[in-house]
Amino acid sequence: MNPRREPALWPLALFPCAALTVFFVFPFAIMLAVSFHRRVEGGFFEPAFELSNYLRFLTPFFGKILATSIGLAATAAIIVVVAAFPFSYILSRMRRRAQSVILVFILSVLSLSEVIIGFAWSTLLSRTAGVGNLFHWIGLVETPRAYTPGLVSLLLGLVYLGFPYAVLVIYPAVSRLDRELPEAARMSGASPLRAFASVTLPIMRRSITGALILVFVFTLGAYLLPQVLGRPRHWTLPVHITDQAIFQSNIPFAAAMAMFLLLVSLALVGLSLIVGNERQGAST
Amino acid sequence: MNKVKKASSQLTRRSVLKASAGIAGAAALQAPFVARAQSSESLKVGTYGGYFQDSFDAHVYPDFTKDTGIEIESIGEPTGEAWLVQLETAARAGQAPADVSMMAQVPRLKGQNSRLWAPLDEAAIPNSRNLPDHFAHRYEDGSISGIGAVSWYITLVTNTDTYPEAPESWKVLWDPANEDSLGLLALVTNSFLLEITSTTWFGGTGILDAEDGILQVMDKLAEVRPNVRLWYRDEGQFQQALETGEIPMGQYYHDVTGLAAADGQPVRSTFPVEGGVLDSGSWSVSKASERIEEAHVFIDYMCQPSIQSKLSRFVGTAPTIRRELTDLTDEEFDSVASDIPPILPRYDIYNARGDWLNQKWSELIVG
Repeated sequence: MNPRREPALWPLALFPCAALTVFFVFPFAIMLAVSFHRRVEGGFFEPAFELSNYLRFLTPFFGKILATSIGLAATAAIIVVVAAFPFSYILSRMRRRAQSVILVFILSVLSLSEVIIGFAWSTLLSRTAGVGNLFHWIGLVETPRAYTPGLVSLLLGLVYLGFPYAVLVIYPAVSRLDRELPEAARMSGASPLRAFASVTLPIMRRSITGALILVFVFTLGAYLLPQVLGRPRHWTLPVHITDQAIFQSNIPFAAAMAMFLLLVSLALVGLSLIVGNERQGAST
Repeated sequence: MNKVKKASSQLTRRSVLKASAGIAGAAALQAPFVARAQSSESLKVGTYGGYFQDSFDAHVYPDFTKDTGIEIESIGEPTGEAWLVQLETAARAGQAPADVSMMAQVPRLKGQNSRLWAPLDEAAIPNSRNLPDHFAHRYEDGSISGIGAVSWYITLVTNTDTYPEAPESWKVLWDPANEDSLGLLALVTNSFLLEITSTTWFGGTGILDAEDGILQVMDKLAEVRPNVRLWYRDEGQFQQALETGEIPMGQYYHDVTGLAAADGQPVRSTFPVEGGVLDSGSWSVSKASERIEEAHVFIDYMCQPSIQSKLSRFVGTAPTIRRELTDLTDEEFDSVASDIPPILPRYDIYNARGDWLNQKWSELIVG
């Protein structure tokens, strides 16, 4: 508050800076360096500067895997946000107490690991213990069948994983939303849908974009769900990175793939931010 | 009878461990870590976390400490090559997360190529004479890089409710009637499906000597793809699905399947006419270890016929020493092994063409 005291606070920033350097920048730099190292086949790796790890990645095979990963993450992000937006909107209109209870429940999902979520969904969708039996009992299907592994079960898992994050981003913005704005639009003769599309949605655009990016990046890193709920053709790049790093001890190639994944996701996030800003510039 | 009782009393605890090991294993994958070397007095021995570690803790280490006075610190290893990566990384920093580790053959060979393993002194391991030569693994200069610890079979397993008749040949994996009902190991280096395919359809593993032979075998193997429901990396995931009948057929470990059957699960393990796959684990010592002498004492202790018989009875592994040296009854021997000549894995091709094989394998599975 007192401007004279402010200079004394800056040393406090040293700690986060140092922590960021030690726990983020250094490991990242090591990974970057390793991605250029020479793989010793049947052994480990040795220091070198080679592009071969990156070149191996530039094949139709890995291109397809990269496209699968991005497609899955983008689809999951869109489904999550489409579901989370109305959910958060309705939630923000509920009584305070009900809001807290539901929010605590939603956030508690964050404490579940990908492993638990994956195995729970695979049981839920199995032939022997899953919802197929319920459908059979109701008479919807003749014999219970498995709904996993497959694209739908994988997307269900990813959406479940990403949903709380989207609510975390969208809910605060929705609850701060000035209700008089859409009402004013309605009074000026706009239909509820039009008021929503032309007033509420543009106000919320930043948090919607934020939620999309967050869930996209988060699900792009998923590697356990694709193994548990997906078929081999749904195995994402992180699954192949894990195979290389953990099972083939090919750390340089794994590092190169990880760098590639990072660059691609950064580029996509950057692109979406640029597009968002341009649109904002055009509308003002 | 006695054995069955023991097995089932172990099993309740075992199944819990199995499930938790799966989750812990997966969690370990999520955050690969390098275990910190501790400067304790005890000898750190690594075995696969979960069932193996638990069995060794219960049946082997206490007696070893009683006989030799050497304390053991038991370390749980992740399966696959994750442990090799951790040992390599730690050894570069001069640390040994475990002094002695039980290693599968492909990671052992890789460790040997980068000279990760301390050369062992044969004179200090007199009991190693009990082992056939192929269980004493050597550096090119003849010094020992690893000694056979345990061996086990991968066989054809089925759910007895779904398949009342036991299958006879690996050929059933290709049967169109088994569409979407197989669980197979996901990695080229631990499934040995190339060996199984070549022995079943090409008269032996000799065809795997050359690249075009391997590709021919892969083409044949690609035909099973429509039958595979799960390519598993985690054992627990398949075992549970096999027991419930969710995935009623596949390849799995003979000993573990036998124990599950003894516990009343509707599963069976069959040695197909072409043979089961005989895989093994070896004791190897990290070069960063400061307890080389104690490591020799431990490895020698493990090569005794009485200990190998004990492992077959209590852990369910096949002995690495010659059968006639053990005091196993026929029934005990059959529960862990078979007299049908085994399919021997071609570790050499994984070592010589690992990356190429891995790439082709990924393309084969992903399709």
